[in-house]
Amino acid sequence: MKKKLGLLLVLSSVLLLGACGKESGSSSDTIKIGANLELSGAVAAYGDAELQGIKLAVKEINADGGIDGKKIELVSKDNKSDTAEAASVATSLATKDKVSAIVGPATSGAVKASIPAVTRAKVPLVTPSGTDDAVTVDAKNKVQEYIFRTCYQDSFQGITLANYASKELSAKSAIIIGDNSSDYAKGLTKSFKKQFSGKIVDEVNFTSGDKDFQAILTKIKNMDFDVIYLPGYYNEAGLIIKQAREMGITQPILGADGFGDAELIKLADAKNVNDVYYTAHFSTKADATDKTKDFIAAFKKEYNKEPSAFNALGYDSVYLIKKAAEDAKSTEPAKITTALAKVKGFEGVTGTMSIDKDHNPEKAAVVVQLTNGEESKATIVEPK
Amino acid sequence: MTGILQQLINGISLGSIYALIALGYTMVYGIIKLINFAHGDIYMIGAFLGYYFINEYQLSFLPALLLAMIISAFLGVVIEFLAYRPLRNSARITVLITAIGVSFLIENVMIKLFTANSRAFPQAIEQQKFTFGSLQVSNYQLIIIVTTLILMTLLQFIVQKTKMGKAMRAVSVDTDAAMLMGINVNLTISFTFAIGSALAAAGGVLIGLYYNSIDPMMGVVPGLKAFIAAVLGGIGLIPGAVVGGLFIGIMETVVSALGFSVFKDAFVYGILIIILLIKPSGLLGKNVKEKV
Amino acid sequence: MKLVNRHTFAWLIVIVISFLAIEGLVSVGILDVFYEMALVQIGINIILGIGLNLIIGVSGQFSLGHAGFMAIGAYSVGIVYLDNPTVTGFFLGVLLGLVLSGVVALLIGIPTLRLKGDYLAIATLGVSEIIRIAITNMKITNGAAGISGIPLFDAIPMRQLVFIFVVIVTIIVVNYVRSSDGRATLSIRENEIAAESMGINTTKYKVMAFVIGAMTASIAGGLYASYFNTIVPTNFNFMKSVDILIIVVFGGIGSFTGTFVAALVLGILNTLLQDVSDLRMIIYSLALIIIMIFKPSGLLGTKEFSFSKLFSKKIKKAKKGGSTDGSVRN
Repeated sequence: MKKKLGLLLVLSSVLLLGACGKESGSSSDTIKIGANLELSGAVAAYGDAELQGIKLAVKEINADGGIDGKKIELVSKDNKSDTAEAASVATSLATKDKVSAIVGPATSGAVKASIPAVTRAKVPLVTPSGTDDAVTVDAKNKVQEYIFRTCYQDSFQGITLANYASKELSAKSAIIIGDNSSDYAKGLTKSFKKQFSGKIVDEVNFTSGDKDFQAILTKIKNMDFDVIYLPGYYNEAGLIIKQAREMGITQPILGADGFGDAELIKLADAKNVNDVYYTAHFSTKADATDKTKDFIAAFKKEYNKEPSAFNALGYDSVYLIKKAAEDAKSTEPAKITTALAKVKGFEGVTGTMSIDKDHNPEKAAVVVQLTNGEESKATIVEPK
Repeated sequence: MTGILQQLINGISLGSIYALIALGYTMVYGIIKLINFAHGDIYMIGAFLGYYFINEYQLSFLPALLLAMIISAFLGVVIEFLAYRPLRNSARITVLITAIGVSFLIENVMIKLFTANSRAFPQAIEQQKFTFGSLQVSNYQLIIIVTTLILMTLLQFIVQKTKMGKAMRAVSVDTDAAMLMGINVNLTISFTFAIGSALAAAGGVLIGLYYNSIDPMMGVVPGLKAFIAAVLGGIGLIPGAVVGGLFIGIMETVVSALGFSVFKDAFVYGILIIILLIKPSGLLGKNVKEKV
Repeated sequence: MKLVNRHTFAWLIVIVISFLAIEGLVSVGILDVFYEMALVQIGINIILGIGLNLIIGVSGQFSLGHAGFMAIGAYSVGIVYLDNPTVTGFFLGVLLGLVLSGVVALLIGIPTLRLKGDYLAIATLGVSEIIRIAITNMKITNGAAGISGIPLFDAIPMRQLVFIFVVIVTIIVVNYVRSSDGRATLSIRENEIAAESMGINTTKYKVMAFVIGAMTASIAGGLYASYFNTIVPTNFNFMKSVDILIIVVFGGIGSFTGTFVAALVLGILNTLLQDVSDLRMIIYSLALIIIMIFKPSGLLGTKEFSFSKLFSKKIKKAKKGGSTDGSVRN
């Protein structure tokens, strides 16, 4: 009997703890923004990083007087890196918390699963890192009315990198080291293959979470090629760069914005990071606006580390919503949506962006070259 | 030819990593027949402790390794005491769920404390490359292979030759009978957890050093692979864990080298199923007749 | 036995009342879109849990690969229904999933079900991972990006469809357990060697339970695909199998009532914990450990709610005028 009582006590306290977190009602002098992020599970690293950027943006905006005098109230929820859960969180943010806009999820699959929920509730969703081309348009190429993003879409980056490889690096042949288990990597591979004028010598694959790449690297070591195209995130890319360079593979390595984290250089060990190029969202070398510099300083002050691409994209997503809310002079989701679609020349830390007809941000990319782990050159690539 | 040899070296070094984790796994399984899902997480904790001692306290590698092992051993004992001991006489599947719960808990507390990002492990030992013709071996690879072999021998010695080892074997055969013979079952199981967890931690630190990358979710996949290695080699058998680990490592490398890297896990599972069907007790295991 | 007796009639009333209750709550707006989504998820989990409980709780075989069969169902519906977005298309997809998962379960079950305990668990885990890796690398399944834009089944609201399937699956599984085949399957759980020496073809009944379990999982997968519109291979990884296993063990292995209760409790817990964001999984795992320690046999143990027992208890009470202690089956 005692046992049962104990169990009951524990259960009820757990439930209570759960219920306590609930905020009820919103007053008219605040604007609610929801965050639907991967805070636990397989890709928690991305959601976590975006939440840091989001929190910093919210803090700054609120300290600065809010949006048209209204303070932002951030409601952040965890979607466990699960698509169904992302749909559920999106619904709960839109219908229960009645947020004005939602930031996240971080991954394309989770965004796609959230589309019906936000469309039904007519609440705009801004994803900081859902890069799949099919996120903002449906199968018939019709734009998804409520879905926006602050990141590049896969095709843009793949094309940019393919051009860079053939024009700047005069590469005639490439090897692709792809991640078959990530749609991000697959999307980037697809558009690179389409655009690259040279020959694709071989395509090898790994699975996210792998740490040992000796087998595939030994395989390509003796092949004849000019560049390695490595679409992937910094956690695996850092290790691949390290293992490749230590093995004596010296060809240039090209990557996408997933490289954009200071941890890449630490994982690879700075001395190995030579002849590495990637499409960055911001670079201290090229065209850093005052905003970018301020952001980097503020981020360092708040979190005591260099901001990553994810941090910056999360940060920009909040400011993009702020801009739209100010343009719309309203906190109503529908009006913010209309305003979001019309945003032109919004100055974010990841570039000056205009939302195009497919709800993608038109913004320049910076191709950064890393030498000994330091940025040695930055080339701006304007959107076509 | 050198390509093949190099791949073999790659396979052995990957395999000895699985073997290292599998050693602790197989011991814990051998004694209480529990698929200890939290084992991979203790391996992660070990790596983080090593990271912390080297980074924050500027300890050199060996003391950091030993401290990580001691603390993880303690953690393993505490987990067993709090979460598994109350369930000693429950259905095994119940304990399994508890183990999954413990694993979730450790992962998510670590995410909460350290974020889910991967971080670079401090390079406490300078990496060196040895080249033989066109073959390459790093001192890290050698350290891992040698450590695995030493630990295997040491464990085999403990289990086969010491009094505690005898107690462990007795408990694993029949807990009740062991108790009647005056063996302190609780102490024996705690001891096993301590050793198993210390081994996991050692693996975590070494692998952190080798790959230069640690994160709170790093234990999930190696934990699963290590269990497969243990089953493949013959669960509960210490040499079996090493054989199974090396087998999987080489297998994965061969499959990747042949260009089927995306299917490497599928191959591993496929081979596992085939071996289980032909020889359910694993590569080194003896078939035990079931008594009625 | 008549098809309609007192007990089946009582159950029919329960089904109708819960259906009407849900519809009523929806129509007055208490069950809004969010809770409806939670409810659909609970329903899908019940179907998954019941199927796995048949394998684990009734036939006593430890499977860790339920998510693989769910994936087969989900992708069948995803592909077929996207191609042919009609009611027929949906049911063709479900049918395809049933056939495929049944065949796969049969092919895998016959050899692997000879294995015991943890060996079987690891083998089934392997099978489901192989299925997932295959899906990740196939063209028709669109690889890692998965299939999106799968239409929502709209002939009737999804909650009703899921409700109907929960009822159908439960009736089929529970009746199977009560049939002579089911009794034979139960005997395997109790003592496989004894069952075999009584002349029961243990492999046959183990495989039967496995195939039925797999097919129910494919139904759940199909419903999932249509309701959430998007499916990606990582939805069906090892963690999904673990989630389903948790429902079964939490509710009580072998108790279908327990599976219902566990799916409900965990579903509600999950929904409430959404608000605590990053503490969510910590609280969830703590709750899991504590409940397992305090109640190792699960919420209901092997107890089963049944009207016949309720009725007979009343009769007994009336006759004896005394109380009987709980309706424990074993």
